[in-house]
Amino acid sequence: MTESVDQPTHLSKVKHIVLVLSGKGGVGKSTVTTELALSLVEEGKRVGVLDIDLTGPSVPRMFGLENHQVHQASTGWVPVYTNESKSLAVMSLGFLLQNKDDAVVWRGPKKTAMIKQFLEDVAWGDIDYLLIDTPPGTSDEHIAVVENLRDYNPDGAVIVTTPQAVALADVRKELNFCHKTKIPILGVVENMSGFICPYCTECSDIFSKGGGEAMAKEFNVDFLGRVPIDPTLTALIEAEGGTFSTRFTQSGIYPIFKDITKMVMSKCGDIS
Amino acid sequence: MAPTKEDVPADAPEHCPGTASDLAGKADSCAGCPNQQACATGPKGPDPSIPLINERMADVKHKILVLSGKGGVGKSTFTTNLAFALSFDDSVQVGIMDIDITGPSMPKMTGLEGETIHQSNTGWSPVYVSDNLGVMSVGFMLQNADDAVIWRGPKKNGIIKQFLKDVDWGALDYLVVDTPPGTSDEHLSAVQYLKESGITGAVLVTTPQEMSLQDVRKEISFCRKVGVPIIGVVENMAGFVCPGCHKESVIFAPNTGGARKMAEDMKIPFLGSIPLDPRIGKSCDLGESFLDIYTDSPAHKAYMDVIDKIRSYVDGRS
Repeated sequence: MTESVDQPTHLSKVKHIVLVLSGKGGVGKSTVTTELALSLVEEGKRVGVLDIDLTGPSVPRMFGLENHQVHQASTGWVPVYTNESKSLAVMSLGFLLQNKDDAVVWRGPKKTAMIKQFLEDVAWGDIDYLLIDTPPGTSDEHIAVVENLRDYNPDGAVIVTTPQAVALADVRKELNFCHKTKIPILGVVENMSGFICPYCTECSDIFSKGGGEAMAKEFNVDFLGRVPIDPTLTALIEAEGGTFSTRFTQSGIYPIFKDITKMVMSKCGDIS
Repeated sequence: MAPTKEDVPADAPEHCPGTASDLAGKADSCAGCPNQQACATGPKGPDPSIPLINERMADVKHKILVLSGKGGVGKSTFTTNLAFALSFDDSVQVGIMDIDITGPSMPKMTGLEGETIHQSNTGWSPVYVSDNLGVMSVGFMLQNADDAVIWRGPKKNGIIKQFLKDVDWGALDYLVVDTPPGTSDEHLSAVQYLKESGITGAVLVTTPQEMSLQDVRKEISFCRKVGVPIIGVVENMAGFVCPGCHKESVIFAPNTGGARKMAEDMKIPFLGSIPLDPRIGKSCDLGESFLDIYTDSPAHKAYMDVIDKIRSYVDGRS
């Protein structure tokens, strides 16, 4: 995927680029991005995560990297690494804010410029996967990322949804966005599918069930899997520090993600 | 026109004529300024649409924005229920304006999917749920409900302006504005266009976990920056009562004290917590009024308490 680029850039050294998209907010794009990244690292891959949700960056907190800063080197911006072995690199606007409560009140052109800079100037090094976490919708950020990635032939997009009709209505728009911009769809993940009561183990469908799978069938795209709500997982993410990164493999969600990750890898033509 | 303090940027070159001046981008001191091109070609003076918007909005008593930094916390659900509850009183006229351009949920949640907007000589007519509840959304303008609206900022701003300028809202007691997540074009435009006619206040919606609270803090900074009064914070999806054993579980854990503590820290009013009830989501999918049908739900009482607080805030101001 490097042949169309004249000069070697930071992105030309990245083997696979995967977008995480959803038309609706709060369905778990950042959570799925994080879980996918951690699962890929478990498979022995080197992974980069780029957060282009500029007005609501969640990725630093997901990885327990709040208050970390980005450094400037001669090669470009150095992303924040989650561990010593540097197998997982993270870049987010959250790392550039003076105060984490500061509002980033930017209109489109400024967001577009920032995304261009993220894509051009971050020194990812030799990574296998770059996962791009996006804000909800189909607007400036999405257009900017698709335009700037055109020369790098991204492998495709993972679409995240919750099962209820209101979310699906927006996610259908995102599928049409992918068709229009010619981004291949790797598959659909149905998140928050059912909640298992910790007292009586009855499974309640808080946001109903099965909608994501039905939609995938309707649009003729692959269904990657169904992820239930696991309150212990939310608690892990919410606990201060990097506990989510370190304990994710012990959670009940990990086996589900292992399968999803395998499917994403094979779709990217990367199965060993 | 002498430059005023506001339209000379802090980092402008010396003798900047001001971005709104006729000389913007053309004065000698503009040579070499990185924004020269933008200043020279940009429109000058006040936006000619503002007086038209003011005229339309003169008959709207209260304008309430529903905001949240994070997506999927229930802004649209809250907007729908607030509007339905306000319209229970037949003498109160309510309008919903959906400015989530790329993900409009209002048509579905109000049961108006497939409806279209009609045009008359007084402007675009909103789509009515009942005699006293009108809705305006980009969703009504799409040929196909699944079409993606792939628009950059300026085009989104244009449609928001039209919603305010060209829609025949009539005399309204409340205009409830549902917004997309974040702090960007849509929010700036809505605030900018409504500044002169006055915004009553903003209701912030959040879920209990820190992940959402951190984005809501940004939204509070936004409101303070642009001078929109904050009516208060609503905590949504707080706790889930299992329909099997009636025990309550926490789905989005309030590890940092939840919205109540955040409201205290940020010195803004806390309006209440609304528990998760699968029937709320179901009503939204079906476009029914949850508050009308499920009066036995614990969420019903919580909703009504929050809405009463908003009503008394609004009445206290008029």
